[in-house]
Amino acid sequence: MATQSGGDFTSNLGKIYGIYTGGFAAFVILLAILEQVGVSNRVIGYLFVFFTLAVYAGIGILSRTMQVSEYYVAGRKVPAIYNGMATGADWMSGASFVGLAGTFYVLGYDGLAFALGWTGGYVLVAVLVAPYLRKFGAYTVPDFLAARFGGNFARLLGIIVLFCCSFTYVVAQIYATGIITSRFIGISFEYSVFLGLLGILVCSLLGGMRAVTWTQVAQYIVLIVAYLIPVVILSAQKYGVPIPQLMYGQALQDIAALEQANNITGAAGESLGAVGQFKTHIQPHTTYDQFNFFALILCLMIGTASLPHVLMRYFTTPSVRDARKSVGWSMLFIFILYFTAPAYAAFAKLEVLQNVIGTAITDLPRWVYIWGAEGLELVKICGKAASSPEAVAAACGAGKEILAAGDIAINTDAVVLATPEIAGLPYVIAGLVAAGGLAAALSTADGLLLAIANALSHDIYYKMVDPNAPTSRRLIVARVLLLLVALVAAYVASTKPADILSMVAWAFSLAAAGNFPALVLGIWWKRCTSAGAVAGIIAGFGVTLIYLIGNVYGFDLVKGTGDEFSWGFLGLTDKVLSINAGMFGIPVGFIVMIVVSLLTPAPSQEMQDMIDEIRRPRGGTVMQEKAA
Amino acid sequence: MASSNDEAWWSKTKGLMITTLIIWFIFSFGIHFFVDSLNKIVILGFPLGFYMAAQGSLIVFVILIFWFAGRQDSIDREFGVAEED
Repeated sequence: MATQSGGDFTSNLGKIYGIYTGGFAAFVILLAILEQVGVSNRVIGYLFVFFTLAVYAGIGILSRTMQVSEYYVAGRKVPAIYNGMATGADWMSGASFVGLAGTFYVLGYDGLAFALGWTGGYVLVAVLVAPYLRKFGAYTVPDFLAARFGGNFARLLGIIVLFCCSFTYVVAQIYATGIITSRFIGISFEYSVFLGLLGILVCSLLGGMRAVTWTQVAQYIVLIVAYLIPVVILSAQKYGVPIPQLMYGQALQDIAALEQANNITGAAGESLGAVGQFKTHIQPHTTYDQFNFFALILCLMIGTASLPHVLMRYFTTPSVRDARKSVGWSMLFIFILYFTAPAYAAFAKLEVLQNVIGTAITDLPRWVYIWGAEGLELVKICGKAASSPEAVAAACGAGKEILAAGDIAINTDAVVLATPEIAGLPYVIAGLVAAGGLAAALSTADGLLLAIANALSHDIYYKMVDPNAPTSRRLIVARVLLLLVALVAAYVASTKPADILSMVAWAFSLAAAGNFPALVLGIWWKRCTSAGAVAGIIAGFGVTLIYLIGNVYGFDLVKGTGDEFSWGFLGLTDKVLSINAGMFGIPVGFIVMIVVSLLTPAPSQEMQDMIDEIRRPRGGTVMQEKAA
Repeated sequence: MASSNDEAWWSKTKGLMITTLIIWFIFSFGIHFFVDSLNKIVILGFPLGFYMAAQGSLIVFVILIFWFAGRQDSIDREFGVAEED
């Protein structure tokens, strides 16, 4: 694969990934048989983690490259459907895989803002942004900003936005790989982080975008299989039909009946992961008020259309037409997981309501203690981690015999990982789910690290520091920087920084405010000037950042000291949540960009011709790579 | 450089963009304002308002993007600005 011209490889993709999927199925069946003949859980966990890591590493090594366009955009040869799969894996992070269904479990209807926001954004990607960036022929998003908005200052702003939203995101992914590896291999969290890092690096270091693309396709297959199997089995067990997406309507009805029986109302009003988390599953706006619900959808959607690691995936398609189609495929592959997640949540909730609530405190199922154990503490009963029957009895006090709905809280991250055990499925399924979670976290981390390293090596080193650097040196610089960024990110992850999940949600608001107005107006409005864009990026990004920091930490940058502030929004709400900080930055960015553009002279005829060129699919890319 | 052909093509492209975004807006925000009334309709156990947010809108997004890609391609071909196959 390393030397041949991608031609025969791309024409054999179906066969290659077909064999791969069959091989993976055989591997899972083999492990299931091993479990039956008495091989220990620990060995099965090892086999899952190491075998999948080895496969990804193998693909990474086979796809190594020394060509610039292969390294940055996989030679622009990735067919639409495979790019869609790779984008799916790129997009669905450890957090979506592990946490999404858990969020639905806890929040009920309000959690669906995440389902809408993290999918509908692809409509904006397809219509407004991706095909035009593909036609432009950028290697990175800052590339486009620099060409459209007069050079390196705009490029630098683009790099700052990219760095702010990608770095926290990648730390969260490495953190997730650490959690999963340490749970299933049983080594300490700090070592697990670096082991996970190794898996990430072999994929991206040698082959850049090309290796990451083909690994991500492989990872998508693992993660989607791992996500679907437990919930399909659950659906078959409960209702006799293995189509969870259809059958959980009945589960919703059963949940509603049990909620009534247990006096669960919409008023519980506790935050994620708190005690007494049950609230009515279907009733809207029990957690977010109506404004914040819709604001969250909007910020996540616009953020999707602005995140550099997502947009750069569409630089790899052979044509503009394929870029558009590829967004459709991405959406389809992401949809498969997202429309299953509410079913996951419903089945898990039903299971807990039926078989845990109302049982004797002394008679709780075993999985409660597995996930409540020390170090994990993901299940809490009566406000304390459910580490053992004795601990639970002590926490609940002597007077309590029957577990009530208000007594149990399951962490959002535990719902998917624990479902196989909740449903009493064999351990091999739990291992499979862990392998899927690992694939999701690794693939996103790969894409993010590559986005950051590309911005540093291509935009800063090649475009700003040394424009005459020979190809080989550029690629070596890219790799060294990738390694450095990865190590710093792993170090940050190993310190277990607080607030990591909220930081991921912030990344969307920051990307939306920083990138979206400049990308959309840059393509759709010829009159948008460099001064306008620069002012708009600074204003939009700045306002969002100020609100985020001010709302969460206050001016002294320490949480909970009383100087945190919150703003209302046009009388629609008196408190905009920090995850919706983009609600201020996006309109400010657009308004400043438009006003300043109108106050400054129109862009040159040359620039306007270039915009025409970007809009028209016919013809070669606008940005040309110097002969390598 | 912009010929009248290009202008006609671009105004059709803009029209498609606006149509697509209107549909997007309706299914991202519009119908979810009526979640309480929609929840009174129950199909296969699913309250409709809940269903639209959990699955319905998502299905629309998938179809919408493929439809958009197809429409845009035929506009490009009609005006001769599409890439060669």
